[in-house]
Amino acid sequence: MPTPETALWRAGAFAADDWRFPAAGEPVPADGKVALPKARFLAERAALAGRNGPIGVVLESGESLADIEDDVPRFGLIVLRFARYADGRNYSTARILRDRLGFRGELRASGDVLRDQVLFMLRAGFDALEIAHAGTVATLKEGRIVGVHRHYQPASNEIGESAAGLRGWQRTSRRLASN
Amino acid sequence: MAKAQATGALAVTANDLRSGTVVFRRPDGRWSEEVLEAEIALTAEAAQALLAGARADHDACIVVEPALVEITMTGNRPAPRHLRERIRAQGPTVAYGAAAAN
Amino acid sequence: MYRYDEFDLGFVRERVAEFRDQVARRLSGEMTEDQFKPLRLMNGVYLQLHAYMLRVAIPYGVLSGRQMRKLAHIARKYDRDYGHFTTRQNLQFNWIKLADMPAILEELAEVEMHAIQTSGNCIRNVTADHFAGAAADETVDPRPYAEILRQWSSLHPEFSFLPRKFKLAVTGAAADRAAIQVHDIGLEAKRDAKGDIGFAVWVGGGQGRTPMIARKLRDFLPEADLLAYCEAILRVYNLEGRRDNKYKARIKILVHEKGTDEIADAIENEFASLKGKALDLPAAEIARIAAYFAPPALADLPARSAKLEAAKAADVALARFVDRNVSAHKRPGYGIVTVSLKPVGLPPGDATSAQMDAVAALAERFSADEIRVSHEQNLVLPHVRLDDLPELFAGLAAAGLATPNAGLVTDIIACPGLDYCSLANARSIPVAQRISERFADLGRQHDIGDLKIKISGCINACGHHHVGHIGILGVDRKGEEFYQITLGGSGDETCSIGEIVGPGFPADRIVDAVEQVVDAYLGLRRDPGETFLAAYRRVGLKPFQEALYADA
Ligand code: SF4
Repeated sequence: MPTPETALWRAGAFAADDWRFPAAGEPVPADGKVALPKARFLAERAALAGRNGPIGVVLESGESLADIEDDVPRFGLIVLRFARYADGRNYSTARILRDRLGFRGELRASGDVLRDQVLFMLRAGFDALEIAHAGTVATLKEGRIVGVHRHYQPASNEIGESAAGLRGWQRTSRRLASN
Repeated sequence: MAKAQATGALAVTANDLRSGTVVFRRPDGRWSEEVLEAEIALTAEAAQALLAGARADHDACIVVEPALVEITMTGNRPAPRHLRERIRAQGPTVAYGAAAAN
Repeated sequence: MYRYDEFDLGFVRERVAEFRDQVARRLSGEMTEDQFKPLRLMNGVYLQLHAYMLRVAIPYGVLSGRQMRKLAHIARKYDRDYGHFTTRQNLQFNWIKLADMPAILEELAEVEMHAIQTSGNCIRNVTADHFAGAAADETVDPRPYAEILRQWSSLHPEFSFLPRKFKLAVTGAAADRAAIQVHDIGLEAKRDAKGDIGFAVWVGGGQGRTPMIARKLRDFLPEADLLAYCEAILRVYNLEGRRDNKYKARIKILVHEKGTDEIADAIENEFASLKGKALDLPAAEIARIAAYFAPPALADLPARSAKLEAAKAADVALARFVDRNVSAHKRPGYGIVTVSLKPVGLPPGDATSAQMDAVAALAERFSADEIRVSHEQNLVLPHVRLDDLPELFAGLAAAGLATPNAGLVTDIIACPGLDYCSLANARSIPVAQRISERFADLGRQHDIGDLKIKISGCINACGHHHVGHIGILGVDRKGEEFYQITLGGSGDETCSIGEIVGPGFPADRIVDAVEQVVDAYLGLRRDPGETFLAAYRRVGLKPFQEALYADA
C-alpha cells in the first residue's frame, strides 16, 4: 500500500514493502503476501482459505475486529488506518490484538502517522509504520525523535523495554536508534 | 466571529504566535496591540484583502487565529463592536492581581 | 506527601524536553497551528482570549510550601503576578508567552510538578477530597490511590487520544467532598467488614451540556484490581465512545445511550482479560506509596484548646472564622483550616504571588508544610493545632486571606468566564463580585448559612453551576449577557442536578434575582437549622418561581 511518497518503517529500520494490496476488482495473486480490505476479505474468506501465500487485512479508521477475531491467527499482517491521528481507537484495537488475541504478525499503522505519536504506537503494539509525513520520515531516519522513554504502564510491545524498578507497571524503553 | 459585511467597518485581529498577545493589523502590514492603530476596512473587498494579508502572516508563523472583527467608530476612534472583542482589545473588565488585592 | 524518585523526575524531565522540541518546531514553522494545538493542549497550554494560558496540575490538590513558592515565583517572573485556582485542583496562569513555556515547565519539574494532561482528550489531573488525610470522617486516605492513578494515566499509550476528556475523582469518606458522582469515574475508597480496602466505582457522571449523575458499577472493587478495572472502563470508552459529535463524546453519553447494563457487561468482559496480570496492584507497592502519605508527626493534645477558647471570647472575628473555616480533624486538638480565596468583591480563586508566598510560609509554620487546593477554589491548611489558630488567623488576615465565609453565600465558585475564556458566552467574575458585595454583611451571611452559589460563563460548566444550590449559567442572547438560574443542585453524596427555575435574567437583574431567591428561602425555612438545600428539597421550585416571576 505504500505510495511513492510513503515510507515503511519496520521494527526499527526502513524497509521495502513485501506486501501487495490488490485494488478493488483486481484478482488476488495466487501466491506472495497479499493484504485485503476487511469487506473483501470477508466476502472471499472461503476462497482464500486454500491459498498458499500469507494473507493480511486492512482495517479502515473505525472498522473493528468484529467478524474477523477468529481469523486473526492466520493473518501475517494487520494494517490499522489512522484517518486522523487524534482518533485513538486503533490504540485499543492494537492492544487487544496483541494481548488478548495473541497476534504475532506485523501490526502496521498507516495514514496520519506522525512523529509525536510514534512512541505511543509502538507501545500499543504496532511494530510497523507506514509514514506519509516527510518530517516524520526524516526524523526517524536521523534518530531525532524526542520523546519520553520512562513509562508508568506495561505495554503491549515490550521489545526493548524493561521493568524499571519496584513498581510492577513501570517500564523504560530504548531510544529509537538512527538508521 | 464576525462575517465580512460590505457596509460595516472591520479590522483584523489575531494573537502573536510567540507571546500570545492580542494584536491588530496596521495599514503598513505590521501588527499592533492597539486597536486604535488598526487598519479599518469599509468594503468587503478591503476586508478580504486585509484578511488575506493576515492569513499570510499566519502561514509565516507570525500570528495565529486571524479573524475579522466588527468595529464601531466614535468620531475617528475605532473600538470593537461586540463585548467579547472589546474585552480582547482592552483586557478583563475586572481588576486582577495586585491591583485587585489592594 | 508523595516525593518523586529518580524515575519520576526523569519522566517529567523527558516530558519537558519533548515539549521544548514541540514548541521549537512550532516557532520555527515546522509545525502548523493545527498540528500543534492538540500537542500543546496535552500539556495544558491554551490560547485564551488575551494570551496563552498555562494550566498547572496540582495532583489531588496537594502542595508543599516549596511548591507554592515556586508557583508564586512563576507568577512574578513570567506572568502578571497572580494565578487562578480552578475547580479541578489546577492553577492557571493567564498571560504566559509560548516561548517561555519550556523554561516554566523546567522550573515546575524542579519542585516535582508538571502540566501533563491538564487539557486535551486524555485522562485529566486526578482530583481528590481536599481534606484527605486529615478529615475526622475519613475511612481511607484516597491520596495513595490518586497517586497510583496519576502515574498509570500519565502518557498512557492507549488512552492519549480518547473521544473526549476524561476525569477521575477519588474520595475516602462517606461525606463526598470530591463530587465523585459528577465525574467520568468516581471512586470511593472504603473498608469491608474484614477491614480490607476496596472501591465503590461510579461511572458516567458529568456536567457540561448534558449533566448526568454517575451509575455505580461496583460497590466494592478489591484494591488490587483498581488499575485493571479502570483500564477496562477506559478501553470500552475509547473504542465505543462517540467521535462524531463532541457534545456527545463523553462516557456519560455512552452509558446513557447503551444503557448501564450493556456498558457494565462490556467493562466486565474487558476486565476479565486484564485482571490478574501486569496491572495488578501488589500490596507491597500500595504500602510503599501509602508510606509517603503517612500523617505528619502530630502531638497528643486535648480536644479542647483553652487558649483558642479564650482568644475567641475576646475576638468576634476570630470566633466567626473558626466557626466557618475550621473543620474537624482526625486528631484531637487539631483543625483543618479553609483559606478562602473569595474575599468580597474580588475574583474567586485568584491569588497574588504575595498571597501564595504568605500561605506557603503559614503552611510551613502551622500546618506541617502541607497545603491543599479545593475544587471550591479555596486553599486548605490541613493540620493546624487549635492552639495556633489565633496566630494563624492574624497571619492570614495580614495577607487578606482571612475571609470567614467558607460554605457561605459569598464563597462563590466562578469560572473565568468572558473576562478570560475564549469559549465564554458571558462574564462570571463580575456577577460573583456583585453578589458577594450584595451579601457582604457577615451577620446576614451567617444567618443564611450553608449556601453554594456556582457560576459558569457557558454550558461547559467549569463553574459547576449544575451542582450549585443556586447555579448561574451565562448565556448570550442576541449579543447581550443573560443569566439562567438553576436551583437545588448538589455535588456531594446526595448528588442532584439543579433545575432551571425559569427565563433568564439580564446582567443588571441577576443579583436582585439571587437575592429574591435567598429571601424566599429565609421566609419559608422551618428554622435556621434548615439549610437552603434541605428547604428546597422540601418545597421544590414553585415558591422560588413565585418569588422571582411574581410581577411577570
Ligand atoms: S464554563 Fe465556559 S466560560 Fe467558563 S471557563 Fe468553562 S469554557 Fe470558559
